[in-house]
Order: sequence, then C-alpha cells, then structure tokens
Amino acid sequence: MFDVLVKIFKTGCLTEKVPPPDQTVMELGSACQKEIARIFGKSLAIRMVDAGSCNGCELEMHALNNGFYDIERFGIHFVASPRHADLLLVTGPVARHMQAALKGTYDATPNPKLVIAMGDCGADGGEFGVSYASCGAVANVIPVDAVIRGCPPTPLQLMQGILELLRGR
Amino acid sequence: MISHADLGWQSLSPDIDSLVRLFRDAGIPTEVHNTLQGRAKLVTIDPGFWGKAAAVAAANRIRWCAVWGEHCPPQIHIFAALAGRDGHLLLETMVADRQAELPSQTPFFPAANRPERYLQDMFGVRFFDHPDKRRWIRHQAWQEGQYPLLKTFSLAGSPEDMTPPDCLYPFVPVEGEGVYEIPVGPVHAGIIEPGHFRFQAMGEDILSLEEHLGYVHKGIEKCAEGRDVRGLARLAGRVSGDSTVAHTWAACQACEAAVGITLPRRALAIRAILAERERIANHLGDIGACCNDVGFTFAQAQCSRLRELWQRQNSDVFGHRLLMDVVVPGGVSRDLDARQIEVLNKAIEQLRHELQDLLPLLYEYPSLQDRLRATGVLSLKKARSLGVLGFLARASGECWDLRRDAPYGPYDDMVITVPHTLEGDASGRLRIRGDEILVSLDLLEEMLKKLPSGEVRVEFPVVSGDCRGIGLVEGWRGEILAYVHLDAAGAVSRYFPRDPSWLNWPALEAMIEGVIVPDFPLCNKSVNGSYSGHDL
Repeated sequence: MFDVLVKIFKTGCLTEKVPPPDQTVMELGSACQKEIARIFGKSLAIRMVDAGSCNGCELEMHALNNGFYDIERFGIHFVASPRHADLLLVTGPVARHMQAALKGTYDATPNPKLVIAMGDCGADGGEFGVSYASCGAVANVIPVDAVIRGCPPTPLQLMQGILELLRGR
Repeated sequence: MISHADLGWQSLSPDIDSLVRLFRDAGIPTEVHNTLQGRAKLVTIDPGFWGKAAAVAAANRIRWCAVWGEHCPPQIHIFAALAGRDGHLLLETMVADRQAELPSQTPFFPAANRPERYLQDMFGVRFFDHPDKRRWIRHQAWQEGQYPLLKTFSLAGSPEDMTPPDCLYPFVPVEGEGVYEIPVGPVHAGIIEPGHFRFQAMGEDILSLEEHLGYVHKGIEKCAEGRDVRGLARLAGRVSGDSTVAHTWAACQACEAAVGITLPRRALAIRAILAERERIANHLGDIGACCNDVGFTFAQAQCSRLRELWQRQNSDVFGHRLLMDVVVPGGVSRDLDARQIEVLNKAIEQLRHELQDLLPLLYEYPSLQDRLRATGVLSLKKARSLGVLGFLARASGECWDLRRDAPYGPYDDMVITVPHTLEGDASGRLRIRGDEILVSLDLLEEMLKKLPSGEVRVEFPVVSGDCRGIGLVEGWRGEILAYVHLDAAGAVSRYFPRDPSWLNWPALEAMIEGVIVPDFPLCNKSVNGSYSGHDL
C-alpha cells in the first residue's frame, strides 16, 4: 500500500492545465462541457459500437480516458448499454456480419440518438470499401449526424469532432 | 507436475531437413521446390498424404502454424506451415476446385480445427475426418455453396440489402439441472471489438465457453487482390490496428522475398525499432487493462499514462501515434536523425526508470495477485497441443520466439532473451508482458546505439514475372505469417495474413473451465486475441 501511495505522490497531477494557445484538451473539453450543459443538462453518455474496425480507433477511444485527456471531467463518459446512451460512436466499415447488430443497437438507443461515424472506414469504408463482406460507410446502415475522419483520429480530433456535432445542435 | 526438462521440447523437435527425411521414411513422396521465396522451405505432397504428413509431424514435436489456400483455376493450392527447431516448412498440395477434398490435419493438430473450417467456408474445401463440420467464418452475408475466395466470386458479391443476424449458429449445449446459458456479444459492454461468447454456467462457475467469431469479417483477403505492393502494405497495416507494424512488416517481407530484394540494414533496424515500440505500447496498455478488470485502477492510471507518453513520442518522431504506414515496401518511410535518436533514448531511460517502481509493485501487490494467481490457467500440455503463440505460450512454458529461433534482420545478429514461466495463469501472463517490455527496452537501446548508416529505403523493383513469398515476423502477440503471390504485372493475386490470434483464441476456451463468471473479462484481456486479425 505504501508503495502505491509513494508512486501516486511521485507521479503528481497530470491533468494539463496550462495549454498552448489552440486545439487543446482544456479548451476543447470546456467547450464540450458548455454545449453538453445546453443540450443534455450535465453529461453526455456515449455507447461505442465497433462494427468492423481494425481496432485502431478503439485504442484511441481508450486514450480519451487516460489522465491526460480524462474526458469524464467534461461530463463525457462511455456507457455499457445503448439504452443509457445519448450518442453512438461507431467505428469500422460496417461488416455485413455486424449490420443487424448495429441496427439493433441503434434501435435500442433513446432519442436524440446522435450518431458519429469515427475514422476513415466509418466515413466512407476506408481501405475496405463496399464488398460482399462490408457495407462500407456507417451512413449506409444507420443515419449519421457527424463524421470524424482520420486513421485513426487522434484523441484531440475526437474531442473536436464531438464538439462540432454538439455546436450544430 | 511439470519439470523443467519438459521445457526442452522445442530443442528436441527436428530441424526442417530432418522433417522432410521423416516424411520420406514414412512413405510420403515429397518434392522440394524453390518456387516460393522467404525463410521457409517448400515441399509438395500428394493430397492423399495430407493427413499422414500431419501425423508424422505431430509425432515428432513439430508445431503446426497455419493452413491456407489459393485458387489457381482449375485447382486450389493448399498450404500448411509447420515449424521445427530451425524454422518453417511449407507443405503444398493441389486439389480440383470442383470437388475439393482433403484429409483433415485436425485429428493430429487441434490448432487446425478453425483454420480448416475457414477454408471450407471460403474455398469449399471438404476435409475428411474433421471432428467439427460446422461453418466457422460464414454467418449470413453469403449463401452456403458460395465461396468468396474462389476467383469466380466477385469482390462485390451479391449481398442482400440487410444481412440477417446469425442467430442459428449451433452452439454445443450443456444439459443438467441448474445449468444456464449466458450469451454475450457481439456488442460488448466495454470499448472492445465484437464477437460472441456463449457460456454454460452453474452458479458462478463456468462449465464451458464457446467462441463464435467472424463478426468483423470484412473481406481483407479479397480486397487485397489486384492491389500494388504499396496498397497491400496499407491494407496489411489495418489487418489488426494494434499490430500495424508487425503485419505490414510481414506483408512487406513476403513481397521483398518474392522479388528478391535485400533491404539496407538501417531500414531493417528502424523496422525493428518500430516493432519493439509497438510491443511496448500494447503490453503497457494491456497490463493496465488487466489490472483494471479486477478493480486495481491505480495500475490502469499508471500504465495508460506511460502508454500515452509513448504514443505521443511515436507521433513526434514517426508521424503517427500507432505507427501506421511507416513500414513500406522496400524499407521505411522515415529516417532518424541524431536529435531524434537522443529523444528516443531519453524516453527509454525514463520508461525503464518508471517500470523499476511499477512492475515489482504489480508483481507482488497482494490484493491484485490474489485475483490473478491461479486464474485462467493454461497448462503447458494444453498450450503445446493448441500451438499457442507469443506471451500466452511463454507464460505457460512454451517459449518460441521467431526473433531468436528463426531470426530475420536485424535480429539475426542480436542476442534475444525470451522471458518464460510455467505458471500459465493470468499472473504469469502479466509478468511475462512486463518482463518483455524490459527486454524490448534493452533491444531498442542496442539498436539505436548500433544504428547502421545508409539508406532507409530501396526502390521496389518492377516485377519481372509471377512470384510468391512468405513473411514471418514476431509481433507482440506472437508469430505473424504472411503469404503473398504477385502476378507478372506486379499486382497481388493472393494475400494471406495469419495473425497469432487464430491459435490463441482457442486457448481462452481451454483456460476458462471452472473459472467464475466475473473473472472472464480478466482472462479475456490477459489473452487479448485480435478479432479483426482473426476474422479478416
């Protein structure tokens, strides 16, 4: 236990407070928080759906929860069920084997059920396109409100994309 | 009880030339060919001997690695990769595409079970004596009797507007009073890839687990057909995003072997630097995630912090947080200057310093180890029979590592330490991964110190004729195999990547019996198979 406390003490607080001028975690996060307060009250619940991704997007989504971004402090959190979600963050070209599952997840999400297609594959099928096995873009399967490009998008690009979607509401 | 003498298994397995002799002694006519380039020997055998060859190999402690096909109308070529003490032997045989039939190797190598069913679904090859006739990769996106990897099947296929869910996959039921079933997935609760797990449980105890994968099958192999080598490298980098360096390297290695180019040593060293950085990033992330799955969030906070710093440096130095598209045919797209080398060295030193605090703490922390020890035990015997790879195998005492056992540049002039243990539980796997980070840090330091001068890339030549090559790379999950066939115009006519997850997924089923339901996420994370790399 003592070792743990020592390590925590030595690590200190990571949260980036004094960011360089633009595109920073704090700025983006605070802006998101303001929009979330306007639209949802206090928080934005995200359900992620991997509909066929290579797992690259998921790794960057995980990064949003590390100490540097700590996206929960802005009221954004990932939930386990679509029934608790305000927003679906969907990755991948939609594999045909995932088409029904994605549709089912969408149907299970309460309004306003915003949808973001994340990554180049989610945007237009990316390297995989449309084929016998892939439906391509997320928008080919469910209605999409915003697209965040990148292969994969960085955590900051993700925050930026979420903010842009919220601002437009 | 397993003695340390059992660990000598690998050194007792025959070398590849001896294996060929063993085949001949057993009355299997073999023909050695040099129509495929790379670090493997190719022999062709008659299809009738396909099963017998496996029987001979299995009786001689050979490791089974992969089986795949290639449609060259009117035949389907079938390849199986076997590993001996000093490298790989590829068996090749031909069957007619209209009535493709072959003896199964599964009775001798359980590892062949799913890969053979994959061939059955994708090429229509029927395997005699296969213990499990169920489909594997095909859900409902194409009909029974259609085979996507035949040349007569178009990339577009003829899918329905709406592919129905695969509700009727025939899981093996367990019956008895009090037995209940838990279906999980394909959409999971966390931020992970999709797949389906079917548990049969009694109270808290899991009686059996059956995996049903294939949800993220997106036609990677078919997509590859007709691409040029650069396009293939981009695609290979997205077979499994967490192993982008290793898969791209394997695919490029296969292409480079096929056309017979040798890379500058500096290019190889930078590839290995990228691969070791990828290993470290994934091990860091997963060590944290395993601890998080048993509620030890301190480790998650620390490891995700270290991983983020590592990824930021990837971005600063190599231009991409996950290192995608840095490995290219003919070399790498980025060189390192003196300042960058200094920056990388500094980060190595810092990470090592951090881990000196962190790893001993995790290895010994009582409330964490209480959950990890004796959880999800994979015995050495089971690991061996399933042919599992990478840290999963090494945590059960089976310590293959291509970097040491079948080395390729730049590892061919380095001494590679391969951490291993006999515990076979979640604790052992965590420790092996921690120790592998330390080994990789040493390798990185050595490579940066001895970085050869010269070019980092050579022009990929114009292909002068039909050629085939094999790539073999030790990714962070284990051995990755890539087979590439380029046609006379230099376009890909077949690409097959074999992610280690093919061999590691069945181990999760094997280790889970008797484990309690709440420990499943930990066991799953401690194996961390790739869904995308498996489903293709």
